Amino acid sequence: MTAPIAIQKRDEPFVPGAPAPAPLWFDVWRGIAMENPVLVQMLGMCPTMAVTNTLANGVAMGVATLFVLVGSGLFVSLFRKYIANEVRITSYILIIATFVTLADLILAATFPEISKALGPFIPLIVANCLLLGRAEAFAAKVGPVRALADGLGMGLGFTLALSALSALRELLGNGSLFGIDVLGPKFEPWVFMVMPPGGFLALGILLLIKGWFMTRNAQRAREATA
Amino acid sequence: MSGHQHGPPVVPSASTPALLPPNGLEQKMVSSWRLLATLFIAGAAAGILVVFVYRLTLPAIQKYAGAKIDGAVREVLRSPAKVDTLYFVGNKLVAKLPAGLDVRESTKMFVGRNDQGERTGVAVEAAEPGFQEELRLMVGFDPATRAVTGYHVLDQKETPGLGDKIEKDKAFGTQFAGKVAPIKGVKLATSDPGQVQTITGATISSRAVIRIINNAVAQWLPRVQAFEQEGGK
Repeated sequence: MTAPIAIQKRDEPFVPGAPAPAPLWFDVWRGIAMENPVLVQMLGMCPTMAVTNTLANGVAMGVATLFVLVGSGLFVSLFRKYIANEVRITSYILIIATFVTLADLILAATFPEISKALGPFIPLIVANCLLLGRAEAFAAKVGPVRALADGLGMGLGFTLALSALSALRELLGNGSLFGIDVLGPKFEPWVFMVMPPGGFLALGILLLIKGWFMTRNAQRAREATA
Repeated sequence: MSGHQHGPPVVPSASTPALLPPNGLEQKMVSSWRLLATLFIAGAAAGILVVFVYRLTLPAIQKYAGAKIDGAVREVLRSPAKVDTLYFVGNKLVAKLPAGLDVRESTKMFVGRNDQGERTGVAVEAAEPGFQEELRLMVGFDPATRAVTGYHVLDQKETPGLGDKIEKDKAFGTQFAGKVAPIKGVKLATSDPGQVQTITGATISSRAVIRIINNAVAQWLPRVQAFEQEGGK
């Protein structure tokens, strides 16, 4: 027998004492709607503000983050029993950084124009708190299938929020979508919207819409039960 | 579910009280060697994976970079019939690269020629600080008249949506053709052949482009003239 090796195991269910495990689709749907990274969890605000001035940038950033979320979630979950508690943050960051590097290289080789436009923001995904947050709070506690579903959901939620934000900003700030003029030559672009303050304003508008929507839903649910 | 399935559980004893945390739960020390081994294996696996993908994507990335330079040269020289490459070695231009020097690492000047073999313009790479980071351009000009034929952005990290208009705004880019260096950037350009109109919201990026073009012409014109005096064309 070798000497006993203590490895912190995180096999406990996500919510201790929860009656039954949630269905798999729920893990995906939660990231898109109820726990949307941008609109509800307010995570990853730096890329949200920095690259959402054109729709193409917003979508590319979202898809790159989706790739890293799914890849790192899967590997953190697969190796969760072998990663000692003391070095888990270092290991998660190493896994995340590896996938970010892969995403950067693959993007540069397949879509060089988009890779050029996003510049340093793709490598900066490493510093996005959403990645480490999901690794620590979810992927390290569940099996690889649920971790995959969660990464997919969070990634889709991030992509959708960034797309909505960047569509709004590019449309008002440049009169175009995906670089194609849609509002015509008579439209005077609000240059303000593609600058940093416009990002805060657009995010505020998006959060306002989300808040109104959720309040209305809660109201309807109350009326239905009353 | 127990957290420790391997090995016998640690029995608290009087001789090992320091290992017990205040809450009395069993906890074992993890040896530093194990932590080191975990990180070493993870680091090695990550490194191998990154190198593998790097080698896989390198040809595509290099091909794109080469095609980009060729396309930029053709664009700024307005589709010449033929493009010759001159090399800048030892403070002078030479038609042939001396043996032992790497083509990729040498400074090059591209000469555009028409059907008769006459020089229509030259193109050089030039880089200087832009608004945030280095701005790299391919600059085309006619050494005989000092007239700019055009520029092409090779690499930029200007503000998306504002500064990057130096690359995307065709109205700004096309006004350089025919302008005689040194060019001046103004808010409202007249028909003066030495003036171009800067972009609203991207004044610093616009001025950076103008500065790079002016400096490139000033730097390369004497080199071309010295090359001509020695009989080159």
